[in-house]
Amino acid sequence: MNRARRKQEGRWAWRLTGFVTVCVYIFMFAPIVATVVLSFNASMFGGFPMTGFSLQWYGKLMANEQVLAAFRTSLWIALVTAIVTTAIGVTTAFALVRFEFRGKQALSTLVILPALVPETILGVGLLVLIKAVDQPRTMLLLVLGHILLAVPYVVLIAQARMIGIRRVYEEAALSLGASRFSSFREITLPLLVPAVVGGALLAFTISFDNTSASLFWRPAGVETMPTQILSMLKISISPEINALGTVMILVTVGIPLVGGLILQSLTKLRRQGEPKEETQ
Amino acid sequence: MKRRWTLYDPRLAWMLVAPVLLLLIFFLILPIAVMAGYTFFTFVTAGVETSALTTANWHEFLTDSYYSGFLLKTLRVGAITALLCGVLGYFPAYFIWATTFRHKWLLLLLLIVPFWISFTIRTFSWINILGEQGVINVALLKMGIIHEPLQMLYNEGAVILGMLHFLLPYMILNVYVSLESIDRTLISAARSMGCTSAQAFREVTLPLSLPGLAAGLLLCFVLAAGSYVTPQLLGSGRDALFGNLIYDTIMGELNWPMGATLSIVLFIVLGFFAAVYTRYMGMSQIVKGLGG
Repeated sequence: MNRARRKQEGRWAWRLTGFVTVCVYIFMFAPIVATVVLSFNASMFGGFPMTGFSLQWYGKLMANEQVLAAFRTSLWIALVTAIVTTAIGVTTAFALVRFEFRGKQALSTLVILPALVPETILGVGLLVLIKAVDQPRTMLLLVLGHILLAVPYVVLIAQARMIGIRRVYEEAALSLGASRFSSFREITLPLLVPAVVGGALLAFTISFDNTSASLFWRPAGVETMPTQILSMLKISISPEINALGTVMILVTVGIPLVGGLILQSLTKLRRQGEPKEETQ
Repeated sequence: MKRRWTLYDPRLAWMLVAPVLLLLIFFLILPIAVMAGYTFFTFVTAGVETSALTTANWHEFLTDSYYSGFLLKTLRVGAITALLCGVLGYFPAYFIWATTFRHKWLLLLLLIVPFWISFTIRTFSWINILGEQGVINVALLKMGIIHEPLQMLYNEGAVILGMLHFLLPYMILNVYVSLESIDRTLISAARSMGCTSAQAFREVTLPLSLPGLAAGLLLCFVLAAGSYVTPQLLGSGRDALFGNLIYDTIMGELNWPMGATLSIVLFIVLGFFAAVYTRYMGMSQIVKGLGG
């Protein structure tokens, strides 16, 4: 009797867990779905009810020179950030995992700080510094700032993968006469590919999305995509902004998804041609 | 004489980390150091200050209740947000961990997708839900339950809701990562010794997942207390938080010494919480949570 009742209680607890989970997922995606749906609304106002299906806001968006300029700016910054951050982040992770040197512990803590310190503080700090040395805000500064914000994530991802790659592979190549660099390029780097791609994609999105710090760092007159959206929102929410949001979602969700799929099929292809390897 | 290079030579390691190290020095450490010095500069007029040293900024901060009020409000909002995240985030994390659902990866992927969607977009999309022409108001009006749109935006509740929305994935992933590292045989052992599933949860699973929960709470608290965009978009002027105060002081009033002072205050206060946390928990859990 008692046992049956307890079982019943357990089932109710599990149902409650499932129910809250469903609610949380709805909570996370409902606003995004609403934005995407509203971007196709024919109504002049950015809101419900739906009055008909229309693509006019996308057309209007394509004709908006300011938005296009901001989009190009963000795309460039994000591309450069992704490439540079991945390069320096992967070499740092390699050094942190493979080498023993003084200050290693301090460096591995320091390197995740940009992810923990609020962007407002990082933003003001850099501005104060360049004001103190009397330098203008430039594109270079903005890009380097974005790299700083993305570095922790790339290092952490590469580090996690690096730990799984046994050093005997590299050492075998070295003992067979490969140079230091070619052993890294031929052995370590191919094994690191998932981390490199994953890190680059994340760095791209971090840069493409960055808002608070960019508000401080952007050169006068330059708008990135998020700061452009923010200034458009100062007036009111319009169907055009919903359309813009939808395009951005397609770009930032589509790129990692497609990248992930390509990566998966690549590793599948390679797995077929190679004996099974142990990376753990 | 030059020392020969060994296989894992520290000198090579320094060369490998040099770019990141330089970036951290010039874009993280030096700015914060200079900013700390700037707090003692004298504010003359908008955009102008002299390097005559003064404690006036600190004095103003410590005596004017305007600033301490802002700080307390920010900490309160951050704490409420973090706690709500903890309560609401634990259920999905536990569900994903315990479920026998075959497409578990899909649930995890859906948690990561929000990280890819622009934070600004995720925030303003709440206007489409809560606004006067948002889903809720339009639906309630249509059904005749209300006759005038409810004012749900531009208050503290909306700000907390928006922050909850962007912080929940952090919390769920942190708790999930620490649940994943639990040895499941411990739970079977507890069950076979006669624990009910509730007891096994209370005595085994919950305590072992606390590090992840704590890491999530810290992360959510720090990110909420340092936010700028959410109060800007979903709050009214009265709901501005410390980040907005800093932005307005620097970009609006052009009072750089005061802006630097406020930034250092926020840095110290949030650093204090992080230090207390690492003192008891260590850094490793946060690293796991951020690395996904």
